[in-house]
Amino acid sequence: MPLAESDGPAAAALAGWRRLDRRMLVLHPIQELIRAIPWLVALLIAGGSSGHGSLWGLAGVAVVIFAGGLRWFTTTYRIAPEQVQVRRGLIRRQTLTVLRDRVRTVDVTANALHRLLGLARVTIGTGRSDRKDDGGVKLDGLSREECAWVRQELLHHLPTRPAGSPYRQSEAPSDSATEVELALWDPRWILYGPLTLSGLITLAAVVGFGYRIASEANINPARVGPVHDLLGSLGAASPALLIVVLSVAAMVLIGLASAGGYVLAFWNYRLTRQSTGTLHISRGLLTTRAVTLDERRLRGVELSEPLLLRAAHGARCIAIATGLRVGRGAEVGGSMLVPPAPRKLAETVAATILGDMETVTGPLAPHGPMARRRRYTRLLLLGSAALVALVAGWQVGPLPAWPWQVVLVLLFASPLLAADRYRSLGHAVVGGRLVTRWGSLVRRRCILASDGIIGWNIHQSFFQRRVGLVTLTATTAAGRQGYRIQDITLAEAVRVAESARPGLLSVFVSSGPAIAKS
Amino acid sequence: MSPKAIWYWAVRAGIGWLVVLVAQIVWLAVSHHVSGWQQVGLVATVVIAAVHLTIMPQWRYRVHRWEATAVAVYTQSGWFHQERRIAPLSRIQTVDSERGPIEQLFGLANVTANTASAAGPLRISGLDLETAQRLVDELTYQTQLSPGDAT
Repeated sequence: MPLAESDGPAAAALAGWRRLDRRMLVLHPIQELIRAIPWLVALLIAGGSSGHGSLWGLAGVAVVIFAGGLRWFTTTYRIAPEQVQVRRGLIRRQTLTVLRDRVRTVDVTANALHRLLGLARVTIGTGRSDRKDDGGVKLDGLSREECAWVRQELLHHLPTRPAGSPYRQSEAPSDSATEVELALWDPRWILYGPLTLSGLITLAAVVGFGYRIASEANINPARVGPVHDLLGSLGAASPALLIVVLSVAAMVLIGLASAGGYVLAFWNYRLTRQSTGTLHISRGLLTTRAVTLDERRLRGVELSEPLLLRAAHGARCIAIATGLRVGRGAEVGGSMLVPPAPRKLAETVAATILGDMETVTGPLAPHGPMARRRRYTRLLLLGSAALVALVAGWQVGPLPAWPWQVVLVLLFASPLLAADRYRSLGHAVVGGRLVTRWGSLVRRRCILASDGIIGWNIHQSFFQRRVGLVTLTATTAAGRQGYRIQDITLAEAVRVAESARPGLLSVFVSSGPAIAKS
Repeated sequence: MSPKAIWYWAVRAGIGWLVVLVAQIVWLAVSHHVSGWQQVGLVATVVIAAVHLTIMPQWRYRVHRWEATAVAVYTQSGWFHQERRIAPLSRIQTVDSERGPIEQLFGLANVTANTASAAGPLRISGLDLETAQRLVDELTYQTQLSPGDAT
């Protein structure tokens, strides 16, 4: 659909072009100012040497505010029957066009500043997971009501507003769609927060940052008065006590940071299902986030249980949807369906979404004694190799003794891990869905619809070939892109692939070695 | 596969080993007092490289297979670790053909069939030019026939 650029502003308004909310004139300059702080500081320092520091700084501030405000004039968007278009930029005019049937998610995020002004940022996710720079089309600074409208229009397939009728306050989005609540926030869940150890990263970042600043300023933390006294008295008492105190302190801090992060991210969490075929997740304490996910893009769900969370009978649930990558960014990205919560609840939600309880809690086929042996040999060999290398490094090189001692202790614990890793392994094909489970430190059970499988990979390492095992990977455009069933026999792999997608793999694999060509 | 692929794999691996060897020789040359470990390392590199270069290409040639039927593409690759990949034609999104400098030297080309999954590109390497071209044409034609967005 070609764009009528030359028709003038009147025609553009008729064609349904809309602007951001006026309140963004306050929002953007402040955001730009915050973003420009390092740059302004640099400018002040540079200007300071020439004697006009404050003047240059003021000019900089003016430019930044002006540029932020200008965006209101340059950014327009419209939702046409077929597509969503955003025009932006002053010198480099850009028109972003997204086909409406490619829209997978609508993500409405509002940070503290947004909420103060009653605004929000809408991100329209199109599932181009390969594009790193931005996750979709962003509209920063729409009013809350407008956001609700955009979401309704895009994902609930409401007819678009007639062209040329700008949004009016009186028109609240009609909630004709009925919604069913699947899960609701419970303050007791905060106790699950520390079990994910997500605070570890935060704490590491803070410690790293603090250490950098201290070393830049030539402060040795161990020499600062109270710290020095404390460390000294503890170290004098016994070095073991020092280690215990430090680890307990670290654990408490990690726990607090994790719980804090959990509250910030998932406060007021609510998961609902709209009768129009979307899932709606809203959550957040300071920055609120509301993600709407098109169920037609949903290919399955993943239940993941980090070791500690599993011990406390907790689990979280992640959507496997095309265009939504899972992984480290699952919490940041929109694919988190249930935050760390009681496992029963996560399972019920997963089963409700899939419409099938058996794939979520049903029994899985074990992978057999060879797979069990491989769990042990792999861990023991890896541990032994690390031990040998570290001992050698300690004998001839500069390494201290403690690394190999730690590895030795871990080596004795590794059979436990191996046993648990084997217990986790399992797979099934139930009701047109492939189920696979693996992992111990993080156990994951992935349920993938057969329709979502777009190919098979069969991997055999040298050692796997010797014992006749394969790793079968179902490739998909959703989630992790590939879901593995580790260490099953070739015959079982062919059986699984056949029952999930008949007539694809067996043609090439079970009929002996493939026919050579060329 | 074209039998020339054996030479192509050998040369490609050989270049990699050459880089390692040159680095080690330079290190030997600039060291003031040469330690025994450095010499042992150099000899070990030469031995491993020789074994790798004699075994790997032959082994690879015996493993590598491909097949394109009316419904799916199948590839088999690797040597020490082996991988078989299958994708139905209806799920193939793009078909690329590429010729690197070494491949051009041997008159070879490779064909990659990409699916919507990041985990599943099917790569057929060491094809002679004519076969590669024919395969690309065939796959492109076949994949155009299937409707939908292949996810």
